[in-house]
Amino acid sequence: MTVHRPRATALFDRALLGTAAADAVAKLDPRRLVRNPVMFATALVAAVVTALAARGGADAAVTAQIAAWLWVTVLFGNFAEAVAEGRGKAQAASLRRSRSDASAKRVAAPEAEAFETVPAQALKAGDLVVCAAGDTIPGDGDVVRGIATVDESAITGESAPVIRESGGDRSAVTGGTRVVSDRIVVRISVDPGESFLDRMIALVEGAKRQKTPNEIALTLLLVGMTLIFLIVVATLPAFAAWSGAAVPVAFLAALFVTLIPTTIGGLLSAIGIAGMDRLVKFNVIAKSGRAVEAAGDIDVLLLDKTGTITLGARQAAEFLPLSGVAERDLAEAAFLASLADDTPEGKSIVALARQRFGLAERQGLAFVPFTAQTRMSGVDLDGGEIRKGAEDAILARVGDLPPPQARELRQHVERVAKSGGTPLVVARDRRPLGVIHLKDVVKPGIRERFATLRDMGIKTVMITGDNPLTAAAIAAEAGVDDFLAEATPERKLELIRDYQQGGRLVAMCGDGSNDAPALAQADVGVAMNTGTQAAREAGNMVDLESDPTKLIEIVMIGKQLLMSRGALTTFSIANDVAKYFAIIPALFLAGMPQLAALNVMGLASPQSAVLSAVVFNALVIVALIPLALKGVRYVPAPAATLLKRNLLVYGVGGLVAPFAGIKLIDMAVAALGLA
Amino acid sequence: MDATGILQILVYLALVAALTPLVGGYLARIFDGRARWLGWIERPIYRLCGVSPEREQHWSAYAASLLAFNLAGALLLYGLLRLQAWLPLNPEGMAAVAPPLAFNTAVSFVTNTNWQAYGGETALGYFVQMTGMTVQNFASAATGIAVAAALIRGFARGSAKTVGHFAVDAVRVTLYLLLPVCVLGALALVWLGVPQNFDPATAAVTLEGAQQTIAQGPVASQMFIKHLGTNGGGFFNANAAHPFENPSALVNLIHMLAIFAIGAGLTNAFGRMVGDVRQGWAILGAMALLFVAGTFALWAADAAANPAFAGLGVDQAANPWQPGGNMEGKEVRFGIAASALFAAVTTAASCGAVVAMHDSLMPLAGLVPLVNILLGEVVVGGVGAGLYGMLVFAVLAVFIAGLMVGRTPEYLGKKIEAREIKLAVIAILSLPVGVLGLGALGMAFGAGAIQDAGPHGLSELLYAYASATGNNGSAFAGFGADTPLHDILLGLAMGVGRYAVIVPVLALAGSAAAKPRIPASAGTFPTHGGLFVGLLVAVVLVVGGLTFFPVLALGPLAEHFALAAAVLY
Repeated sequence: MTVHRPRATALFDRALLGTAAADAVAKLDPRRLVRNPVMFATALVAAVVTALAARGGADAAVTAQIAAWLWVTVLFGNFAEAVAEGRGKAQAASLRRSRSDASAKRVAAPEAEAFETVPAQALKAGDLVVCAAGDTIPGDGDVVRGIATVDESAITGESAPVIRESGGDRSAVTGGTRVVSDRIVVRISVDPGESFLDRMIALVEGAKRQKTPNEIALTLLLVGMTLIFLIVVATLPAFAAWSGAAVPVAFLAALFVTLIPTTIGGLLSAIGIAGMDRLVKFNVIAKSGRAVEAAGDIDVLLLDKTGTITLGARQAAEFLPLSGVAERDLAEAAFLASLADDTPEGKSIVALARQRFGLAERQGLAFVPFTAQTRMSGVDLDGGEIRKGAEDAILARVGDLPPPQARELRQHVERVAKSGGTPLVVARDRRPLGVIHLKDVVKPGIRERFATLRDMGIKTVMITGDNPLTAAAIAAEAGVDDFLAEATPERKLELIRDYQQGGRLVAMCGDGSNDAPALAQADVGVAMNTGTQAAREAGNMVDLESDPTKLIEIVMIGKQLLMSRGALTTFSIANDVAKYFAIIPALFLAGMPQLAALNVMGLASPQSAVLSAVVFNALVIVALIPLALKGVRYVPAPAATLLKRNLLVYGVGGLVAPFAGIKLIDMAVAALGLA
Repeated sequence: MDATGILQILVYLALVAALTPLVGGYLARIFDGRARWLGWIERPIYRLCGVSPEREQHWSAYAASLLAFNLAGALLLYGLLRLQAWLPLNPEGMAAVAPPLAFNTAVSFVTNTNWQAYGGETALGYFVQMTGMTVQNFASAATGIAVAAALIRGFARGSAKTVGHFAVDAVRVTLYLLLPVCVLGALALVWLGVPQNFDPATAAVTLEGAQQTIAQGPVASQMFIKHLGTNGGGFFNANAAHPFENPSALVNLIHMLAIFAIGAGLTNAFGRMVGDVRQGWAILGAMALLFVAGTFALWAADAAANPAFAGLGVDQAANPWQPGGNMEGKEVRFGIAASALFAAVTTAASCGAVVAMHDSLMPLAGLVPLVNILLGEVVVGGVGAGLYGMLVFAVLAVFIAGLMVGRTPEYLGKKIEAREIKLAVIAILSLPVGVLGLGALGMAFGAGAIQDAGPHGLSELLYAYASATGNNGSAFAGFGADTPLHDILLGLAMGVGRYAVIVPVLALAGSAAAKPRIPASAGTFPTHGGLFVGLLVAVVLVVGGLTFFPVLALGPLAEHFALAAAVLY
């Protein structure tokens, strides 16, 4: 499989930085700033201090510098957001290139031959279009007539064309993909501007980005802290007056801005956009930021057995001859019956027989393919026949067996089933020879991944149509926590509801139309891009590569997003301690010289102390942009371990780092004679 | 600092720890309605009030009942104070209390603050003491405990619409806990030397031949609830430093145990009701860390010599004849260690009774009671108020740091979302609004009430507004609080500090109750271990520190550094 993912943009692409810098200035528009209350407050204060600096006075030079750095603080916050948006846009652009502004051939009815040519953008939901070989499909929709191979590489990066046909689970087509052969009629399912690509582009560009629930909660906390500091700073002159200390307004403004959580306030939206971005990089489209956040909270993962836990196809593992039959004879019969069978199972039987007995090809065989009626396949040769198939199908063909033979066959079949395999009975000339053990092969490394998930507190549940016996055996081998055997769409939905009733958040992936209710019910429903339109509408994420194991990565991306937010919030708040020690002694030094004892950093002068704190406050935003974009490193581990490590790094680190940072800046400020 | 002092503190801590599960278990039984032995009194009360105990209330109805009950209490108390001259049992003939002071006092006792801008023995007759002050001592304590019960239910329940019934909670707490314990406690106090009579003051002649008026009255009946309910309003102006309120070391210990008993017990009741006792111990652990650190800091600062005296050749070293250190403003019977312990207990628990004058503490020693109050009265805290205040901080701590485990934050299986954060922020905001906002107004327009110049004067005003907003009620002294301006501003501060917390906390209880309880997994932020205790302490300190560091720097810290540099004001 050759999959190309959207080109990874270098963290700081030169062209991107230029655009972002221009955007940062454009974002000074108060109507846009007000969306971010912390930055809005900073801009207001910056305006006040600018006015103060313009009036001149004793500390005019320092005041002007403070004003400049306050504006820089706002710009840096805007810049962080602009960079994140720019990276999103770059990825969206590579997707958008596949968007054709080509025309569409609209027809009145599926059978109609005559079509009118209209612009693709004019198509509405319900319109019928016809697409022949070479045409680009003008919009998302369902095939209502015909069958065709479609090149979806523009969306998925998968170079091999896929089959799309009316009815069934492979009827959905995506706008921007190209028909390679044949002719189909497609019913357009979305109105202009609402297609998958449109939504995705809007989300990564940030244009339609709405605050997620957790972002809203965090913003409320940040607003609350801003209010607290507003009260602190606004009442300070009244208290200072008792001690006869006059406090310069510019210094008070500086204190206010350094105290309010500008770091997290400036980086909050960048973190959110970067989270969406990381998903897109994995070729997963989330329909909302809310879904990404929910992914971090998932407690239960429902995983389909086939293709996710086991390799798609079963593999022949051993030949079990009945007594009186040589294993070689059984193997040869199975080999001959499978030579022309190009299913993966058939090929694996041929391979196993070759490997064990070195059997050679033979000509002149008449292959009898598998049909739903006979439920077996085989060959006719030299006037005889070989058949392989399910036990009951073969028994129906060979008729009654002598009891000892029937019992032995039964034992073999049960043994295979119990071990999680599929038994295939082989009969030659209506005489059963034995059983082929087809084994479900658990994907390598999947057991370890489930163990990791368990450590993270996530329960894995395997969904399979197999009988409970087989399911239990595979579940044990793969190391999942639970399984649902003989699964039907109804039972799947019921299972999700049960877990949710218990307060758990459930993620699942699915592709068929009958998965749609479960996808809609699940907290995170990842629809496969190859699935039906119904499934894609029901889920809140779409995996363009249709790789169900990706659920695990999606959960991790969700967790990383939340962790980045928490880490930067903690860091931002912890920073305030050092800022107090820089500014408070500076603020009251005139009225209360004894408070110099609080100047633990030994900053050069009150002016340089205040300026250094403001400069640090601005620079720390820029310094943390890479962290906000890349996200905090996430290593799957129990919550207690994660918390301990992150508290140490971002809590204690946030407490200590600014002491060193402010001191260094103060030394530079003093050396340059800036204050 | 000496071995006897350390032993006193350790014995006290051990007794509190031993009492905690006993009180907690009993409280949980009361909250769950499993305590029934006074059902024969309880049921007629409900009939009389027209309350059906089975029908629980939505949080908003709960809050409305509570506010109505407290408003009625405040009006009643205001009326009693204004009408005092016509009321019986007033052998000293006390006059009516002036309107601003009556407003201030009514708010003060209804909000469990018990800030007293009057002297008990010189302003109030026995009838008002008993039917006004003592009744509100019970009612305000029951109110606080009821709010805690509602919040605990919020966390303990899943997908529920109601949080309990206010009248039922208040009646049960009073009937099963406060009244029986106080009846027994008051009798024990009488036995140990606390007066309980209706006699007028005794006129006595001292050994020097001076005339002395010895006030007395129904002291014991008011004394036990004053500490058990963390009210702290003294019968006498000298409060617990008065020998009739606090006759011996044993009574002193009983008082201190009574102050912490319910606050500590509530953490345990909380743990039991949410189904994990460790959760309660974690909360108490965080409180204990803050308390022990504060107590030793206070004691150490006061046991050290005063540098300003050193130059005068004063011997401040401890020896068999004197305890050394700073004895100014202390009751000699209790000494430095016990006074420090009491000062820490009374401010940590939002009680406000005092055995030593906090105004006379060394600057850093005086900083500790102030910090205890400014942290939001969550170090054990007032009855009920301490637990619900600390749970608000727990919600914030979980929200800030909980994200770092990669899940949207949850506490006890309840997701912490925008609504919870909004309510927690409103509750936290009450403190800066009351202390800094109203305090700045008091400073700007009423600085004349301040007795001392320099940073100490600032501390005096700051302490008054902190004490009022924190519903503590202890006074730093050195502040002439009974002016119309301060009476009204402090009255407002008490109201803000009480109801701007209670209403959001009840809303929080309602929204927590409505959420399903998410079962814990390995991915859940654990809130019962040492890590959470440390985090909670850090969040309490950081929020309090960030809010009040500037004024504390201008007050106690500036005074301390000035004293060290031999600068006096």
